[in-house]
Amino acid sequence: MSSFTKALRPLARAASRPSSLGLRITPESHQCLRTLTTTPNLCQAHALDISSIPPTPITHLSETESLMADSIRKFATETILPKVRAMDEAESMDPALVEQLFEQGLMGIEIPEEYGGAGMNFTAGIVGIEELARVDPSVSVLVDVHNTLVNTAILKYGTEESKRKWLPRLATETVGSFCLSEPASGSDAFALKTKAEKIADGYKISGSKMWITNSVEADFFIVFANLDPSKGYKGITAFVVEKSAKGFSIAKKEKKLGIRASSTCVINFDDVEIPKDQLLGDEGQGYKYAIGLLNEGRIGIAAQMTGLALGAWENAAGYVWNDRKQFNQLVGEFQGMQHQLAQAYTEICAARALVYNASRKKEAGLDFVRDAAMAKLYASQVAGRVSGQAIEWMGGMGFVREGIAEKMFRDSKIGAIYEGTSNIQLTTIAKLLQKEYTK
Amino acid sequence: MPTPLKILVPVKRVIDYAVKPRVNKARTAVETSGVKHSMNPFDELSIEAAVRMRESKNPPVDDILALSAGPAKCVDVLRTAMAMGADRSIHVEIPDAGQGQAELEPLGVAKLLAKVVADEGRNLVILGKQSIDDDSSQTGQMLAGLLGWGQATQASKIEIDDSDRVTVTREVDGGVETVRFPLPGIITTDLRLNEPRYASLPNIMKAKKKKLEKKSLSDYGVDERRRLKTVKVEEPPPRKGGGKVEDVDGLIAKLKELGAI
Repeated sequence: MSSFTKALRPLARAASRPSSLGLRITPESHQCLRTLTTTPNLCQAHALDISSIPPTPITHLSETESLMADSIRKFATETILPKVRAMDEAESMDPALVEQLFEQGLMGIEIPEEYGGAGMNFTAGIVGIEELARVDPSVSVLVDVHNTLVNTAILKYGTEESKRKWLPRLATETVGSFCLSEPASGSDAFALKTKAEKIADGYKISGSKMWITNSVEADFFIVFANLDPSKGYKGITAFVVEKSAKGFSIAKKEKKLGIRASSTCVINFDDVEIPKDQLLGDEGQGYKYAIGLLNEGRIGIAAQMTGLALGAWENAAGYVWNDRKQFNQLVGEFQGMQHQLAQAYTEICAARALVYNASRKKEAGLDFVRDAAMAKLYASQVAGRVSGQAIEWMGGMGFVREGIAEKMFRDSKIGAIYEGTSNIQLTTIAKLLQKEYTK
Repeated sequence: MPTPLKILVPVKRVIDYAVKPRVNKARTAVETSGVKHSMNPFDELSIEAAVRMRESKNPPVDDILALSAGPAKCVDVLRTAMAMGADRSIHVEIPDAGQGQAELEPLGVAKLLAKVVADEGRNLVILGKQSIDDDSSQTGQMLAGLLGWGQATQASKIEIDDSDRVTVTREVDGGVETVRFPLPGIITTDLRLNEPRYASLPNIMKAKKKKLEKKSLSDYGVDERRRLKTVKVEEPPPRKGGGKVEDVDGLIAKLKELGAI
């Protein structure tokens, strides 16, 4: 008990300060608490002072965000929905749809206007990813990877020159892809074996990558390779590789359980030579970039999962409360069904609260690593549960390969696997907690 | 030389077309609180028509002004209009609009619009043929009457030539009718005129910087008194299930029995 009160003391001190309005954790008081991040200074440097901002419901969106949500919802329902089933069966993304995503500005959400993007905030991206996943998680992940991993990498670590060169293309015509995983390094990402070597006027990359999302559609790849294996993970460096580069090849397209319209391939780099200016950031910093990007990217995947759960739930709710009658009443009116629907919706709302909270904390410059991990872990669990139940609620109509019910269930499984498995999220959360609670 | 167009596009915030409207407990109006609203779909067609005129550049379009009269939330539909391509907008705030009796009637709206047309020097007004909440289909026609301008209602195609003549195709029973009027004039839009664009993300951001003027009814000094009193609002009776017939002969017999053939 005494240790518990001790842990609360800094919080109480912060609360008793006259400037503080209550028990809200301000960036100021946050510093009094044990910081949870390995890069606290970097984080605090960008922190906004939100201590004087009156709190709003976590579901509150800015005018721009809600206008964007409306516009994307409409686009998704009218343009994507009619194609979902066919794209899933064909296991491919309709190129015309990718073009439309660019036209809508969905591929440059956070890219500033001066580089041809929309210049929106991080949460706007989260809103967009969620809205797309309500209709098709495959389209959602294409947009998610492109925005949260690829565009952000250039925005954060690219030189002014590389921003001018790549960002306008990424915002308007070129799909991006992020190559970290390898056949022998998944969760243990920094055990990667792809090598980079300095040559006269650039670098030479050799090795192979696996599970690479967007690889069929993409022309632009961010590739992590080790420039100096003697330094271990500190040799990992990020590079930009174009699909047209000599020696670049797609070896195999995976056939998957879910998100089948999203491409996942094995990529080979056979002595691919790239010019000097395609080094991203600094040599030997790649592992830091990857961690940073994946921490943010996780919120995107979490949003994809809450969108999926919402889409699956709404689809089933529409059926049981309007169409399907048994024993002379709508099946959704049986108490056994009502309680399941209510429970599932509550869980979706809880997951969304985690997602939006992580997103807002990221935007405010607060440490969000644990929040992102919790959001991704829980959202993927909820998505799996709810999309599975939704099939049962719909009975035979949920089980057939029509509509979206069974597809949502298949699509949900990936949420527990990519951008950090559920076990990796749990480890991250536990490690941060242990740091906080170690006396 | 064609006259540059100064277009006014009135837009209305209505209950979203996908929402099932419900009558309130007092049976005086349709329940609006907590219900999703969006731009009247016919008004989206009007905005799209105006933006396409700008894009075709012939005749040149000087300015597209969107206007909405209603509660504070109307700002949302004006932002959408500007994200779709309107240059600026005016919001005439009517605090309690949407609550039945405070809502403007078509005549009130038409008078307001006539004033705006004069103040803002408009030479073309494009309106939805009706709003999907009241279905009055009167505002455009009343406005034409008040201004003494030509009008073409339910447009499915619009062309403007170099001598300021507007040719409008309208779908009528059993075919199409083509009408022509000289500018200035009024057009009301119908479903097959165009397919409205979605507001793209960069345009949503650009819309934030466009001018949105706040006005009140008193700024225009129009007599917007209601002429009608809503006595009561009732939901339509629930549909009764129909009967089933075995075959075509059964169908014919049934129709004859009902006097339909």
